[in-house]
Order: sequence, then structure tokens, then C-alpha cells
Amino acid sequence: MFDTLKLIVLALIMFFAALGTDWARDPAYMVHALLIMIIAGGLFLWQLRQMPVEASGIVSAPAPLGYMDGPVRYGVIATAFWGVVGFLAGTFIAFQLAFPVLNFEWAQPYTNFGRLRPLHTSAVIFAFGGNALIATSFYIVQRTSAARLWGGNAAWFVFWGYQLFIVLAATGYLLGATQSKEYAEPEWYVDIWLTIVWLTYLAVFFGTILKRRERHIYVANWFFLAFIITVAMLHVVNNLAIPVSIWGSKSVQVFSGVQDAMTQWWYGHNAVGFFLTAGFLGMMYYFVPKQAGRPVYSYKLSIIHFWALIFLYIWAGPHHLHYTALPDWAATLGMVFSIILWMPSWGGMINGLMTLEGAWDKIRTDPIIRMFVASLAFYGMSTFEGPMMSIRAVNSLSHYTDWTVGHVHSGALGWNGLITFGALYFLTPRLWGRAQMHSLSAINLHFWLATVGIVLYAASMWVSGIMEGLMWREVDANGFLVNSFADTVEAKYLMYVVRGLGGVLYLAGGVVMVWNMWMTIRSPEARPITVALPAE
Amino acid sequence: MTDNRKIDPETGTETTGHSWDGIEELNTPLPRWWLWTFYATVIWGVIYTILYPAWPMVSGATTGLLGYSTRAEVADEIERVDLSNADLTESLVRVDLGVLEENEKLHRFAVQAGRSVFAANCSQCHGAGAGGVVASGYPNLLDDDWLWGGTMEEIAYTVRHGIRNEEDPDARFSEMPPFDWMEEAELDAVAHFVRSLSKLKHDESAAIEGASLYADNCSACHDENGLGDRELGAPNLADAIWLRGSSHDAIMRQLNAPRMGVMPPWQARLGEAEVRAVTAYVHGLGGGEADVGKSEVEPTQ
Repeated sequence: MFDTLKLIVLALIMFFAALGTDWARDPAYMVHALLIMIIAGGLFLWQLRQMPVEASGIVSAPAPLGYMDGPVRYGVIATAFWGVVGFLAGTFIAFQLAFPVLNFEWAQPYTNFGRLRPLHTSAVIFAFGGNALIATSFYIVQRTSAARLWGGNAAWFVFWGYQLFIVLAATGYLLGATQSKEYAEPEWYVDIWLTIVWLTYLAVFFGTILKRRERHIYVANWFFLAFIITVAMLHVVNNLAIPVSIWGSKSVQVFSGVQDAMTQWWYGHNAVGFFLTAGFLGMMYYFVPKQAGRPVYSYKLSIIHFWALIFLYIWAGPHHLHYTALPDWAATLGMVFSIILWMPSWGGMINGLMTLEGAWDKIRTDPIIRMFVASLAFYGMSTFEGPMMSIRAVNSLSHYTDWTVGHVHSGALGWNGLITFGALYFLTPRLWGRAQMHSLSAINLHFWLATVGIVLYAASMWVSGIMEGLMWREVDANGFLVNSFADTVEAKYLMYVVRGLGGVLYLAGGVVMVWNMWMTIRSPEARPITVALPAE
Repeated sequence: MTDNRKIDPETGTETTGHSWDGIEELNTPLPRWWLWTFYATVIWGVIYTILYPAWPMVSGATTGLLGYSTRAEVADEIERVDLSNADLTESLVRVDLGVLEENEKLHRFAVQAGRSVFAANCSQCHGAGAGGVVASGYPNLLDDDWLWGGTMEEIAYTVRHGIRNEEDPDARFSEMPPFDWMEEAELDAVAHFVRSLSKLKHDESAAIEGASLYADNCSACHDENGLGDRELGAPNLADAIWLRGSSHDAIMRQLNAPRMGVMPPWQARLGEAEVRAVTAYVHGLGGGEADVGKSEVEPTQ
């Protein structure tokens, strides 16, 4: 019965997608309709081939026991894959800024900076970061709840549905479909699809927590749950839009003017706060104590900083709109909440770093621990820099300059990147039943490539950003502006080249990691998969 | 639960007794410095929101004890600069542009201000160094070749009203018609003649044939000797400066489908003082011409 329903739904999707390919009003919609038609068709055939077995009365296999690690394994591979894609795109567009000739004439308009930039940001945040979060949350929630993932194959739906979202978003950007909201560029039908996938993710995660066999919910799961629920809310509200036609990708935002800007940065800042901070703190709270073999430093700190972080982050968005049409009172509140947020953010860093108390020597011997420590250091640095930049007077210098870009990247490359690499090195041998990673010295090499890359990136953007801010506001004795915009662009050239080189190093580190994971997975099996001992 | 509590040997701190997948938690109290810094930021936040506009009310929001506003701050700063320059600005608006250079202090002020106006408003097309962009047809302002005149008054008129725009009825205007109705061979002959005017390589016999065609069709605007006409913005064809390229192909292209530049009017946006300032700056870049007795050149439509 359920299978027949599935066939009908897939057939309907195929039918509407076929109409869509014919009636599409723009190339992005046509390509997407074609893609969905092919996928739905493939699933339809696959489903059909499964049918006779069930119909012939053979009792289906008993529900599998133990942890469900299939989607986690796929997620680990997807994380590494999208990571390298995203780093490559970022490095390329960094060089496009230094050498505009790389906006090749023959590849216009598909590969100009304007279309590749959202491809880069979405690839690293949503494809690399998102896959890392989904995979690690599925891994962690099962082990800390002592329960198999809830919802049967729903976890597989979340994995593949999320990959489809990534492909639709990325191809849409290249074909010119965007609603022009930073980090929320995908158009309406992609947003609707992500909503479906995300609510399924919430159901799987929450369902697993509900059927847990531990009395208490582990702190990592608080953070994951806060991340999943808040991102669902942010995503839906910020993407409220009315399609111009159901056969086209263009839509019109429900909010307009300064309300739209405020909604966008409420979303944008909390994408940082809940996606890149809360979610990754969830990862940190599992992998750091596991890898160090030490208890979490302070239960009390984890409670206080969790609730303070969750409560405060949501108000900080207006600091993205200082000195704009946004009323002063809203900007003041955004700034004040950002500064009060400083200590709650640092609570996570303290709890992570101090967990190493009694195991500090591992920083010397264990490159994975070293990655976690560097990651927490970058986290602490960016969560200090962020509140500082939210101060109105500082913001009047830093806003619209490369300083912002440097700030984001010291957080993204340092905190999110390094902790994800550490998690992948932790998970790969365990998920594929290997004793350890193929090469410890390659992890070490990756650590140094990434760290030097981040330092080049952040340092060049600080210099470039502060110089640019000072040049913009430079006036002579009579109060006349000294520089034209082109003067600042010319002055930044060298810093742009250095930034690009930082990107090359970071990308090289990613490639080394992929090689290491490949060799680990391909090496002969060392022990049964089900046994997963702590690293101690 | 309580039974599982134990003292962690490394730190001497008690655990909470929970364990998830082997992960335990210490019952360490909140670090004092962390807690007090957190309290300090909260207290600071309360004080700050009392001093500055912060809390939304039923209609409007609290204005704060300091009465601060970002808009007022910017307005104050602009007013301060305007006031400190008020005398010089006033004189600049009144001065006869033809004799501005004689007033050294005022002229220096105008050029300084004009440099800034140029950087913010003109450099996008004419280049940060005012060298123009040949590929896009934006004229070089450093040389002494002027389409519409290079005296102070003529430059000021161009800046005020712009060229071939639809916003300002007094914009400088002229239009070169396309000559695509001519035979290809005739156009070719004209192009050879035009190149001969500035001693560029050309076919002598074709140029002779083109001379009469030029005299009949082009000389009315571009002058019989190719010297151009500034009243009409018709370029000088006898010098070495070519806005749209000097190659035979480029000239053929211009004859078939002439491209003509457009410049917006700046009077409303900049105001008279800044128009005069940027005029003084551009005039001083190298190609400025001296006024010869006339004060205001009226446009020829």
C-alpha cells in the first residue's frame, strides 16, 4: 500500500517535472525540472523493481539492530568532497579578485565572480559544513543516546535530499537563479525542498533523542537540537517569497526595504550563530573529550553558556546594519547583545580547552588533538573579534571592508574547518573499522598547511581591510576626501595575491586529507566495524 | 546517580556521575573571571542602553540620555567642514572663472576640492588619473584636445549640463549621422582621406577620390581641413588623438554606425561650488586653455 503510494507520488513528480521542462520560463528552472524528472524516473524504476518481492508474501527482513552508520559514512565522504570543491571555488574567486582576467570572456556569464561567489559560500557553509553537521550529529546522537536512529530510512532521505538541495542551489547560481540574499540565495522551490529535508532531519534527530536509553540528554545534543530547530525557523522566515510563476525560478520577497534587510541579517547572523557556532559546538562537545579521553571540564559552565548563547545570539543581527536605514535603537540593541555574547561564546572555548587538563601532552603527540586545540583558539579569537567589530565606532571603520572577510574566514577556516577535519580523522577509521588513519604525518602536514593558510588569509585581510577603511575616510586639511575607490582597489592588489596563496595552502591541506582518508578506507580491514574503542 | 560520582584523579574534581558513550563531566564551578566578565558586560549593556537610543516602545523608541543619533552625528560633521570652508566656498561661487587663477589661495582651494569631487564622481569613467578609457570612448582630460572647449567657462558648462543626456535640456548636443547609405568603395575612399589628414599611412589615389566626398559630406562639421568644430563637439581629425581609434577599420566602423559619448549633468548633484572646483581641477591637469575675452559660451544646439 505504502509502496504503491510512493509510486504514484513519484509518477506525479515526474509528470510535473516534464511539464516544467517544457513550460520553463528560464534556463535554471528548465535544467532543474529536467534533473528532477530524471531522478524521480530513476526512483520510480527502482521502486518498481522492489515491488514483486514484497507482493509475493515474503516477510521483509527484521528491523536492523545496532547503530545506523550508513548515512554517516556517506556524510563523511560528502563532507570531504564538498570541502575540496568549496575550497577550490574560494581559491579561484580569490584570484579572480586579484587578476580580473580570470573572469574568462568565453565562460561568461556562468563563471564570473558574481555567480561563483555564492557557489563558494554555499559550498563551504552548507555543503561542507552542513554535511559535517548532519553526519556527526547522526553519529553522536546514536552513541550518546544508546539508540539507533529513529525513522528507518528517513536518515537516508535526509542525506540524499540534502545533496539534491546542494546540487539545485549550485547549478541555480551558475545559471543565474538567485534571490540575492546573502547565504540564502536559492530560489523558492529549492527553499521548499530544503524545508522538507530539514524537518525530516529534525524528526530523525528528535525521534532518536526521545527513544534514548540514557537518562539525561548529553550537552552535544542540546547544541545540535538548538541548531536544527533555529535553522528551520530562520530558513522559513527569511525565505518567505511569492513566485512570479510556478514555472519559473524568479520570486518576490514578502518583506521589503529595511524590514527585508533586518530579516535577512537576523537570518544571516544566526546562520553564523546556530549553524556555524551552536552546531559545531555540538561536534566539539563529543569529539574533544573523546579524543582526549578526558571528562568535560565543567557541567555547570556548559549549562550556563548554552542557555546564554541561545538567548543572546538571536538578537545580535542588527550589528550588520550599522549606519544604514535601520533605526538607531535597533542597531544599539544589536551591538549591546553582541558584546554581552562575548563570554557565553568563550564558555565553549573554555570548556573545550580545559577538558584537556590532565592531557596537555597530547598536543605534542596527537595531531588530531592539535587540530581541535587550534580550532578552539580560532573560535576564541573570532568570538572576541566579532563583538569588537559590532561596536558602532569600530564598525564605521571595518564595515564593507576586507576586515569583515578576514573575520569570517578566521572563524570559518579556523574554527569550523579545523574541527571538521579533526572529526573526519576521528570518524574515518572507526566507521570503516580501521585501527587508525593511514598516515599520522599526513595529518600533521594537513595541520600546518591549513594553519599557515589561515594566517596568510587573515593577516592579509586585516591589513587590506584596515588600510581600505582608513583610505575611504581619509580627508585633507579642508575636509575633502583624498582617495577614489579605484585607488583603494589598486592598493589592495598585493594583499589579494597573499590571500589567494593562503587559499592555495588551505586547499592543498584538504587534498592531503582526502588522500589520507582514501588510503585509510582502501587499506585492509583491521577489525570488526562494531567495535569502536575510545582513543585513549 | 549519586553512586556514580567519583573524584577525577588528574584534577581532584568530582564528576557529575553521568556517562555517555564513556564521556563523563566534571563538576567544576564556573571560572570566576568568566562569570565576573559576563556580569560586567551585562551591567555595561544596561547602562549603555540607558544612555543611547535602544528600547522600542509603543510608538518610537527610547532616545537615550545622551540624545545621540547617527544621522545627527554625520550632519554635525558635514556642517563643521562646511562652516570652516564657508568663506572660500562663497568666494568660489562668486568669482569670475576666467580670473580664478589670479587668486592663488582660492585657486589652490578649488583645485584641492575639485580633486576630491573628481575622485568621487568622475574617475569611474575618466579614470582615477583622468587619462580616459580609449576602449570605451571616455575622453582623456590630460591632453589639450577638447571636443567642447577647454577654457574654464567651457569646461564648467560641460560639467553643469553634461553631453547628449535627456535630463538637462541645456546639455551639449550634436549627432553624427550614419553614412551607411554610401557605397562601400566611397566610404573606403573617405577613410583613406581622413587618415591622410593626420599623415597616417593611406592609399594616395583613394584619398584623392575621398577628398571631394569629404568636402561634400563631412566638412560642414569637421572643417574642410579636418580641424573639427567645438561648437558642435565635432572632433579634430587632423591631430594624433583618436577617441574611437585611428585604424582604417575603426574609421570605417565610425562612418557606418557612429558612436557618440554621453555625460550626465552634474549641476543638481554637485552644486555650483563643486562644479567650479572640479572645473578648476580638470583645467589644471595639463590641457586647460586661457579665456579669450568671452565669459560664457552659449551652447549651439
